[in-house]
Amino acid sequence: MKIRYLAVVIFSTLFVADLKAQVKKPIHHSNTAVSVARGKIVYGKICLACHMADGNGVPMMNPPLVNTTYVLGDKEKLITIVLNGFKEDVEINGQTYSNVMTPHKDLTDQQIADVLTYVRHSFGNKASAVKVSDVKKVRVAGKG
Amino acid sequence: MKMKKLMVLLLPVFGIIGLIVFNACKDAPASFSKAVASAGLTLPEGFNAVAIAENTGSPRHMVVTPENDLYVHLAGNKKGKSILVYHVDGDKATLKSNFADFGGTGIAIKDGYLYASDNTDVFRFKLNSKNEVANPDQPERIVTGLLSRRMHEPKAICLDNDGNIYVNIGAYSNICSDFDPDKKGCPILDSAAGIWQFKANKPDQHYGDGVHYAWGLRNVVGLAWNQQDNQLFVMQHGRDALHDLFPQFYSVHQSAELPAECMFAIKKGDNAGWPYVYYDWMQHKNMLGPEYGGDGKKGADPKYIDPVAAYPGHYAPDGLLFYTGNQFPEKYKNGAFIAFHGSWNRAPEPQAGYCVVFQPFKDGKPDGKWEVFADGFAGANKSPGGAAHRPCGLAQGPDGSLYVSDDQHGTIYKITYKK
Repeated sequence: MKIRYLAVVIFSTLFVADLKAQVKKPIHHSNTAVSVARGKIVYGKICLACHMADGNGVPMMNPPLVNTTYVLGDKEKLITIVLNGFKEDVEINGQTYSNVMTPHKDLTDQQIADVLTYVRHSFGNKASAVKVSDVKKVRVAGKG
Repeated sequence: MKMKKLMVLLLPVFGIIGLIVFNACKDAPASFSKAVASAGLTLPEGFNAVAIAENTGSPRHMVVTPENDLYVHLAGNKKGKSILVYHVDGDKATLKSNFADFGGTGIAIKDGYLYASDNTDVFRFKLNSKNEVANPDQPERIVTGLLSRRMHEPKAICLDNDGNIYVNIGAYSNICSDFDPDKKGCPILDSAAGIWQFKANKPDQHYGDGVHYAWGLRNVVGLAWNQQDNQLFVMQHGRDALHDLFPQFYSVHQSAELPAECMFAIKKGDNAGWPYVYYDWMQHKNMLGPEYGGDGKKGADPKYIDPVAAYPGHYAPDGLLFYTGNQFPEKYKNGAFIAFHGSWNRAPEPQAGYCVVFQPFKDGKPDGKWEVFADGFAGANKSPGGAAHRPCGLAQGPDGSLYVSDDQHGTIYKITYKK
């Protein structure tokens, strides 16, 4: 009887935990929120393997996307990195990172805007959204 | 009836427990000997681990003298010095001295000299009769000007019994695509991605003075001379990003497990095939790389050597040691310990490695399945940034104790065995 009780408790705990996970947070259908949601998918496909799910990167190799002006600062520079890749040692908060980032010109302006908006709104980051027109401008200017 | 219901209710619980157990050190062959916790590590029954030093900096490779002095090479400098000397007495390590101003990985003792490398050069220091460095401010430069281009920079070293030193020069690229866009042949292989042999006693040798001993090794950090068959053994860090670059041929899961991290027994002139080939440990087959026409099924040209043992992808082997001591049980004698630094290139799957593995050997060749020897270094967060500790270097004490360095937070472990 005791065992059965235990099983029920464990099972219902799991069930409730599962239900909780399914409860949808209220979605504000702002453009930014939609862009962040789309950007998260792009991030998972393209960026996560190196920059990790928590955006903390890999020591010595892949730079973190958290608490750095590379991400939170000038949008144009950030867009250029995504378009052209990155091939230099970068020092962030006293650590050097040296892996080569491949260019991602193949992504659409929308995808780049979304993923950068996601990154600038995630992992504790808070910075303004990146718009499709921002990306277009950099790409057309040939900087990307 | 009640029992059946209970089983149904408990199924998800069993499933989750199963997953946890299965993920503990993925793909490790079942080891039935009892594991014990020791200094935060789990070890086979009878073994004990003690953290003899903590916060030492970023200790990479190490070597112990017959007098129980432990030389530790730091990746950078601590208080301006890059080599620490601890005197070990039982479970206690006392910092005896520190010297040298070049951070790096490689360190070894042979024929009265201490050898140590940074990312471009190899130095040596004369030892006195007690195996102490007599003139710490006067290293003799043995090798100089090796390529170090931001990736796979550390130069790991080992020595043979004929007056030669072997130096790894890692490829400064994942898979050479950046240097070989037209697939005409990777141009960096002439001066990187291999092992070079130099004279152990000749000053200021350059590439031209050395022998290009082995080719096509992407990056080697763990290497050791096997005294049983008088041969060089190396551990290769396999390539990254099979799925990211070729999603049509490799699933996310395959990309996490492949390619194998390989152990090679090296003869002069051997070519392990990077960047043209990789080893698939699940198919037990050397494969043609997708950059050069492979598709996950096509085999490699047999002119490239096969590994003698293979391990799951991205575990990152940073230390290799052949155990010649008498302290551990008989099965460990002449077998290999491998320190796996732990993966980063398995996301979104869980990261893995972060353990010391034992590979049984017989007559100088791997014999039988590997097993996890010491685990639990990472702690709760098995990730490259979040791991509590990451195994890197291995050394054997004169009494047969095994030392493991952690270059993440600077712990040095001493592992002993008692019947």
